[in-house]
Amino acid sequence: MVTLLLLSGCNESDFNQDIKGLVYCSEANPISFNPQVTTTGSTIDVIANQLYNRLINIDPDTGEFTPSLATSWSMSADRKKITFKLRENVKFHTTDYFTPTRHFNADDVIFTFGRLFDVYNPFHFVGNAQSPYPYFRSIGLDQLIKGITKDNDYQVTFELFNANSSFLANIATDFSVVLSAEYAKNLQAKDDLEAIDKFPVGTGPYFFKEFKRDILVRYYRHPDYWHTLGKLDQLVFDITPNSTTRIAKMMTHECDVTAHPNATQLSILAQRDDINVQQITYLNVGYWAFNTRKAPFDDPRVRRALSHAIDIDKIMDSVFLGTGKRAQSLLPSSSWAYQAQANYPSYNPELAKLLLDQVGLEPGFKMDLWAAPVSRIYNPNARKMAELIQSDLKKVGISVNIVEYEWNTFLSKLENHQHDSVLIGWAADSPDPDNFFSPILSCSAAINGKNQANWCNPEFDLLLTQALDTIDIEQRKQFYYQAQQLLMQELPLLPLAHGMRFQATTKEVAGIELKPFGGVSLANAEKK
Amino acid sequence: MLREYLIRRFTLLCFMTLLLSLFTFWLSYLFPGDPLVNLSGIQNPSFEQIDELTIKYRFDDNIVSQYLAFVGRIVAGDWGFSFASGLPVFEQIKGLFPATLELSLYALVMSVILGVPAGIIAAAYHKKWPDRVINAITLMAYSTPIFWLALIFIMVFCLQLGLLPMSGRLSLLYEIPEVTHFIIIDILLSNSPYKGQALLDALRHLTLPTLVLATYPTTVLVRFTRDSMLDVLEQNYIKTARAKGLTRGQLIYHHALRNALLPVIKQIGLQFSTLITLAMVTEVIFSWPGVGRWLIDSIYQRDYPAIQGGLLAVSMFIIIATIIADMMHTLFDPISRNQAHGKI
Repeated sequence: MVTLLLLSGCNESDFNQDIKGLVYCSEANPISFNPQVTTTGSTIDVIANQLYNRLINIDPDTGEFTPSLATSWSMSADRKKITFKLRENVKFHTTDYFTPTRHFNADDVIFTFGRLFDVYNPFHFVGNAQSPYPYFRSIGLDQLIKGITKDNDYQVTFELFNANSSFLANIATDFSVVLSAEYAKNLQAKDDLEAIDKFPVGTGPYFFKEFKRDILVRYYRHPDYWHTLGKLDQLVFDITPNSTTRIAKMMTHECDVTAHPNATQLSILAQRDDINVQQITYLNVGYWAFNTRKAPFDDPRVRRALSHAIDIDKIMDSVFLGTGKRAQSLLPSSSWAYQAQANYPSYNPELAKLLLDQVGLEPGFKMDLWAAPVSRIYNPNARKMAELIQSDLKKVGISVNIVEYEWNTFLSKLENHQHDSVLIGWAADSPDPDNFFSPILSCSAAINGKNQANWCNPEFDLLLTQALDTIDIEQRKQFYYQAQQLLMQELPLLPLAHGMRFQATTKEVAGIELKPFGGVSLANAEKK
Repeated sequence: MLREYLIRRFTLLCFMTLLLSLFTFWLSYLFPGDPLVNLSGIQNPSFEQIDELTIKYRFDDNIVSQYLAFVGRIVAGDWGFSFASGLPVFEQIKGLFPATLELSLYALVMSVILGVPAGIIAAAYHKKWPDRVINAITLMAYSTPIFWLALIFIMVFCLQLGLLPMSGRLSLLYEIPEVTHFIIIDILLSNSPYKGQALLDALRHLTLPTLVLATYPTTVLVRFTRDSMLDVLEQNYIKTARAKGLTRGQLIYHHALRNALLPVIKQIGLQFSTLITLAMVTEVIFSWPGVGRWLIDSIYQRDYPAIQGGLLAVSMFIIIATIIADMMHTLFDPISRNQAHGKI
């Protein structure tokens, strides 16, 4: 009766409107809407490929660079000057808060990358003051770029202080998106600089409409997109941190695509005719990082003892359920610089006890173990893993307190190095091996808080720099081998496993490809 | 007489509010960490900010002065910032409370529509089969925990039969501007091209949470109406009327109903506070974006400013709703005005 009364206020045409939209169930709120200022995978998935483009892309199959906003590029003989020819007639988004008056050009590239390294750029100090531009800082890109010159409206040249073999790979990652200089100027005039990371304007296939915390992120199709026009009118990210709820929503078709289904849920999904599960071997590593600036974890013997005390086979069985691979090094075996490490700590509680005695750690020692509250590719269930470690460490007389916070709070507290040890990991952004070392273990990563082991070893940093200084693959390999060996000696972190990436979609959804690295792209997604 | 009664209720309201605000203020000292951070919600403040906050929150003064400053800010709508989102707590509560209220109101209306007639029928057919059936169902519903019921409903209606959605207030693809924050009203106010579809979708989303939430108050109202009606039917004036040869329908409709429903009205008001509490459980299970789910998330995240704000808002609301219900009851039933006095 009430329903009828209410519905009488609607016309017949109100019921016949078909919405062409896709709901992607995402695991966390985005921290920012600018990939330059974060390295959080859940945020990158939501923002990077949908709102923005980069100068170049990496082909996921061949690993070669492909054109995007730059149509071609060339390098000087000393590899210190890289020139990009830019695409013409590329339009920025028209949104509720900004209407562009010109097309994309060299000024936008200069503004975007200038923001990272140029302290006179008005936006340089805007945003996360504690760890600005985390990815670029951790790989030292802000120290690498000497300057960017505009050759003409559609050509720019990057000048580097020294040659760097992973420069192009880093320019092709999800973090190197191109922003609008005109929008930035507009915000400067309004004295609202912070808005640049909150209300995005890009050249990507979708434009930003709204973000409701804990509920949704809404995008609409960019009608003047320079590349293939998207087939969806609307793209909505439904923020559902609980993975069981995400799967249930998948089954009721409230979600069309679901990020990171758990290994335990895959068998349930496989039984359904209306759901597809895709999987891919992903370049990632899950690890247990010790805060090496905090006693007693500053002693490598303690870290080794703890590493010997845990049974990784048990973890693989109960947490990964056959969907992951045991780590033998920081790099996954598919990386060209991978080398299995002979002195990877095996499960040996007796040896662990002996080592702990040697160090003089009292029995009943208490430590914190932080567990990521969301499932990640490299660790589908950190809580369960933490419980297993807790029970293993109890056997050697160490009592573990498991700590959890909401994901974004967790990350920000981690940046302040408030933890004793943490179960976390890294998912690669490019196939370059440096992507595994510099962003998570370099000294600059320790300064900006992304190095969860808080570890700064000049010898290790030197190896990384030497590897980047050469383009000879064999030579680079040797440096990375040495780096891996040094890591195993020092154990600032214990690599545990490499996970698979899963994605569930309803049968009506097509056009979403899983890549072995980087975030999700929904540019070609469609719903039949 | 009425004026005296109202003054009494008003005093009670003031006293309860005072206690509540004292407790909330005390919480910021009780929670771990710096009380200034717990109150303001500004984590890692700069030296400049600490100075500013100390003056604003009168932390250089005694505790009474701090409390008065706290009350002043609460009244002015400055409830600090949430740790988790960095947004003003008061603004968040303002946006979320209507969703909780909406759900509770629909559930209350549903429980009155179902519960009161069922109670009357049970009383009218006392110890006959309708009474027994209603009693049995009521007992079953009364003893079922609502989180369990909610999960069963989700299993059956959403996951197995695929009839209804299991979370939220509206399919996220419908973009409806928030004006009143009451979803049905907002849809009707909007000029969206898919208004009709959105409305149907919102009703589908409402069905299960409303049903689950209405279960408990419905059973209470059935039992209460039945007992109250049976009491009235025992009265001499009813017996007289029956002796005069009135039918059961006439008896109930003309003579018993009004008297029997008086205590029920009070009960409806009192149910509202239970409803808000149960709504929190329902909101968590159905991912309903209301203040309850937000408060529980805040507790999980140790978001102290949000916990304080949420508790204050919910408790204030319950106190006010209870007192209003009490007053309404008094308006209908003048005798009850004297009951609060100790009279010989």
